[in-house]
Amino acid sequence: MNDISNSRLWWMIGMIWLCFTTSVKAESSPVDVQEIVFSHIQDAYTWHITKWNGKEITISLPVLVKSEERGWSFFFSHNLHDGNAYDNYYLATEGDHAGKVVEKNSRGEVVRPLDLSLTKNVCGLFISCTIILFIILWTARWYKKHPNEVPGGFIGLIETAICYMQDNVIKGAIGKDYKRYNSYLLTVFFFILINNLIGIIPVFPGGANVTGNIAVTGVLAACTFIVVNLFATKNYWKEIFWPKAPIYLKLPLPIMPLVEFFGVFTKPFALMIRLFANIMAGHTIILALTCLIFITTSMGLLVNFGMTIVSVFFSAFMNCLELLVACLQAYIFTLLSANYIGLAKVED
Amino acid sequence: MSLLTPDLGLLFWMIVSFGMVLVILSKYGFPVIIKAIEQRKAYIDNSLEQARLVKEQLADVQMEADKILMDAKEKQHAILQEAITEKEKIIYEARTKAEAEARQQITEATQRIQEEKERAIRDIRSEITGLSITIAEKVIKEKIDSSGKQQQIINRLLDEVSFSKS
Repeated sequence: MNDISNSRLWWMIGMIWLCFTTSVKAESSPVDVQEIVFSHIQDAYTWHITKWNGKEITISLPVLVKSEERGWSFFFSHNLHDGNAYDNYYLATEGDHAGKVVEKNSRGEVVRPLDLSLTKNVCGLFISCTIILFIILWTARWYKKHPNEVPGGFIGLIETAICYMQDNVIKGAIGKDYKRYNSYLLTVFFFILINNLIGIIPVFPGGANVTGNIAVTGVLAACTFIVVNLFATKNYWKEIFWPKAPIYLKLPLPIMPLVEFFGVFTKPFALMIRLFANIMAGHTIILALTCLIFITTSMGLLVNFGMTIVSVFFSAFMNCLELLVACLQAYIFTLLSANYIGLAKVED
Repeated sequence: MSLLTPDLGLLFWMIVSFGMVLVILSKYGFPVIIKAIEQRKAYIDNSLEQARLVKEQLADVQMEADKILMDAKEKQHAILQEAITEKEKIIYEARTKAEAEARQQITEATQRIQEEKERAIRDIRSEITGLSITIAEKVIKEKIDSSGKQQQIINRLLDEVSFSKS
């Protein structure tokens, strides 16, 4: 017993000593974690893959901009690397438009052109859209070719997902008139799911933070908003502008109608923020955990070694968690959308 | 915060691509799949119902077959019973017939024997009569005429003798 605690003590002392002695040798530049994380979760004009022997390996993506003065121009983003300018367009390094393509107009002002570039996120979006179309149309074709047969394997999985969403989520939330919304809600579900899953893959076809971008979630939430309010019943609007509440909450000051009216907008807004924040946070955590390895290089060999193990372990754990979150968020978005549609269909 | 401000380009492409995906999938994707699944469900339900009906029919047929078999067995039994009684009757009839015949034959035989006997007796009597007449003739030395009166007397005498004997 005494021997064991003794040896443990010596081991600890040795480790601490190693930590201090080796830390002297570290003299590399500090790792800017914030920069790394933000550059990964934000959009970019090039698809950065890795750095090999000091050379950046990237996929050059098309830039499509329309200047007010000069009209449309189209070029590839490798022309803008290392602060180079192409046709008066360059990447801003500071200011409101940091990281975006800007131009210097004839008056010498820095302005942002209309930017429809196929950025990393747009390309990721296209890739995942292609995958979704392929998967669903392939499944549909299988059903056409094999009438009255039960699929197995991957198509069986898709069928299970579709049936589960239809029977447990859509039918339950909307009720008898659910068939109209089937296509929209299922599209939303598979769109978010595939984008989330592809986002977890760290290398090229994946890795774009599509569903962790507010523009993407915003469009999805806006679609839900439109669907909810376009097919709402008369009773739904009555509930908003003349809710069942004591009269003093409605008449001199329309408090309840105001609250209800805001609710119309806060529901899709919450949808947008929830999906965006969940996916972005997941990416951030995984990136931060990975960066832990590079931060601790300056703290000595043993700390770095220990932190590497911790980091890999936690990254693996977080990836599993993200897998769950990817499915969960797609499910939640669909479920809540279906619920909002169901609420807008109140009768009596 | 650039994280929270949507980028116009991405917004545009997102609307375009999501819209396209939505339109394509709601035309050629999900409705096709859901319809196929529903059709399959209806087909399976239908098949199950048909299988149930067939099973019921089969059970009916089985029952009918059992009934037919039972009937046949009953009929067979009845026929056998009938045959047995018939056989017994035939045997009985044959026996009675045979008995009757035998009896008749016996009576006929006795009758014939009787007749034979009577004829024999008659023959013997005429023989005896002749003999007696011859004897009497011989005895009376042809004095007595062999007319009918004497013969009648002898016959009567002989009758008396045979009646007293029998």
